[in-house]
Amino acid sequence: MKTWQRYSGIILPILVVAALAIWPTITGKAANRETAFTILKAVALASSLNILLGYTGYVSFGHIVFYGFGGYVGLFLLTEQDWSLWNAILAGGLASGMLAFLLGTAILRLRGAYFALATIGINEAMKAFINNFELFGGPTGITLNFSVYKPYGGAAQALQTSFYLAAGLALLVLLLSHVVRTSKFGLGLLAIRENEDAAEVMGVVAPRTKTWAYVLSAIIPGMIGVLFFFKNGNVEPHDAFPLHASIELLVMVMLGGQGTVLGPILGAFAYQGMRGFLVTSDFFKDIQLSVSGALLLLIVLFIPTGAIGWLRQRVPTLRRVLA
Amino acid sequence: MQQLSLLLASLPDGILLGFVYGLAAMGLTLIWGVMNVINLSHGPIIALGMFGTFFLFTRMGLNPYAGLIPVAFVGLLLGILIYAVAVHRVINAPHLSSLLATFSVNMIIIGLGTAAFTTSPYNVDFSAGGFKLGSTTLLGTRLIAALVAMLFTGGLYLFLFRTRPGKYIRAVANNRAAAELMGIPSTRILALSFGLGTMLAAVSGALIATFFPFSILAGGSYELKSFVIGVLGGLGNPVGALFGGLVLGMLEGVIPAFMETSWVPVIEFGLFVIILLVRPSGLFGAKQ
Repeated sequence: MKTWQRYSGIILPILVVAALAIWPTITGKAANRETAFTILKAVALASSLNILLGYTGYVSFGHIVFYGFGGYVGLFLLTEQDWSLWNAILAGGLASGMLAFLLGTAILRLRGAYFALATIGINEAMKAFINNFELFGGPTGITLNFSVYKPYGGAAQALQTSFYLAAGLALLVLLLSHVVRTSKFGLGLLAIRENEDAAEVMGVVAPRTKTWAYVLSAIIPGMIGVLFFFKNGNVEPHDAFPLHASIELLVMVMLGGQGTVLGPILGAFAYQGMRGFLVTSDFFKDIQLSVSGALLLLIVLFIPTGAIGWLRQRVPTLRRVLA
Repeated sequence: MQQLSLLLASLPDGILLGFVYGLAAMGLTLIWGVMNVINLSHGPIIALGMFGTFFLFTRMGLNPYAGLIPVAFVGLLLGILIYAVAVHRVINAPHLSSLLATFSVNMIIIGLGTAAFTTSPYNVDFSAGGFKLGSTTLLGTRLIAALVAMLFTGGLYLFLFRTRPGKYIRAVANNRAAAELMGIPSTRILALSFGLGTMLAAVSGALIATFFPFSILAGGSYELKSFVIGVLGGLGNPVGALFGGLVLGMLEGVIPAFMETSWVPVIEFGLFVIILLVRPSGLFGAKQ
C-alpha cells in the first residue's frame, strides 16, 4: 500500500479537529469556545467508545464510568495532594485505564446483552459507592478552591488552556483510533467483532486483546473527565456518572458510523448540533427529547451502519478517504 | 436489640414491596425470554402506569384497583404498538440495534411525558387503612399491591401453561424457527409477548403509585431494579423474577437496619454484577 493511501483516512479527522480548535480564536467569542469545547469533549468520548464498540463489537452502556472515575481521581489529587493539572490529567487517565483493566478481565467474558447489562450495573454501583465514599466528599463531591487556577494564569486563562488541552486530547484519540484500526491488533479486534470463536481459532488471543481494547477506550475519557471537572470547578456523583450520557455517546457513534475513524466525529457534531438547535427552537423546546428519540429510531431501523457506513456502501471510491 | 426492632419494622414492608418489584421485573424478563430483547423503554412505561392511576383516581374518581383493568389493557396495546413500530425490524439484528431502538422509544415517551406532565412529582392521595402485625403496622395499600402482584403472577402462569396463545409463546421462546414450521404465527406471538411485558410494567407502576410519589422520570430507578431482579431470578424466567423481587425487597428491608440507607444501591448493583459474572443464569435458573 502506498504511503499516502495508508494515512489518507486520518487526514479528514485531523482537519476537522484543527478547524474546531482555531474557530473560537478566529471569531474571538467566548461562547463559541464553550460550544467548541462541548463538541471536542463529545468527539473524544465518542471516538474512545468507538474503539470498544465499533472495532470490538462490545456494547458498553456505562462507558461514562471512566469519565467520572478519572475526573474524581484527578480532582482529588488537585485539591488534596496539590498536584499540577498536567499530572492530575495523566493520573486520571491512568486510574481509568487501571479500572478498565480490572473490570475488563472480569466482565469481558460476558457477551452481547449480558455485557451491556453488566456495564450499566458497574456505572450505577460506582455512582452509589462514590456517593458514600467520604474521601471523595460523599454526596457533595469535591469543589475546587478558586486559587487552584492561579498557577495557570487565573481563571480566564485556565479556561483557554483547558480548551487547547481538550483539542489535544481529541486529536490524540483520533490518532489512537487510526493506529488501532490500521494495526494488526486492530485486525484482531475486527475479527472478534465478526466472530469471536472463529477469531480464537485463527490465533487471536481474544481475552487479552479485548481487555487492551477496553483499557485503550477508557484512558482518554478519564483524562477528559479531569479536564472537564477542572474547568467546571466541582464534581458531584450525579454529574460524574450520568447513565444517559453513556447512551448519548452510543447514539453519536451509531449516527456517524461505528467502526470508522471519522464516524464518531461526524456523529458528535450532528448530535450536539441537533441538540443545540432543538433546545433553543421555540417549537421543539418542550419535546426535544422525543424528536431526538424519533430520529434515533429512524437511524437504527433504516441506516444501521450510520452515515459513514452508508456512504462507504454507496460510493466505493470514497472508501480510502472515509476510513 | 434496637436493630432487631428496626428489622422487624422494615422487613415486612420490604417483602411486600418485593412482590411489586417482582411484577415489574417479570415484564422485562418475559420479553427477554421470548425474543432476547432488553426493553429499555421499561421504565417510562412503569411511569405511564403511575400516571394512569393518577388520572383514573384523581380526575375520574375510579378506585385504583378497578383502574388496573384499563391500565393493563392500554399497557398491552402500547406494547403491541411499540413492537410493531420499533422492535420488529431489528428483532434479528445485533443486540445494539434492539437496545437503541427500545431506548429511542424511552426518549420519545419521556419527552412527550415531560411536555405534558413536567418533571415535578405527583402524588395519589389514597389510603386503604393499616394492619397491625405485632409491633409493626403494615400499610393496606402495600398489602393489597402484593396480593395483586401475586394474582397477576398466577394469572400469567396459567396463561403461559394452560392456554393456547400461552403455549405458543413458550414455543416461540424455545425455538422460533421450529414454532413457525408448526404453523404458529410467530410475528403475532412476539407482538403479544411484548404487549404482555409492557402490561406487567404498567400494572406494577399503577400499584407503586398508590404508595409512593412519582414523576415521569420515576420509572428509571424501577427499570434498574428490574434489571437487578431479572438477573437475580435468571433472565427469561418469569417465576424466578418474583423470587428475585422478594430477595431485593428483603435486602432493602434488611440493609437499613445495619448501615446507612445510601449503601443499599451499592450492595444491589454490586450483587448484580457479581451474579452476572458467577451465575448468569440467575440464582434460581437452571445451571447451563
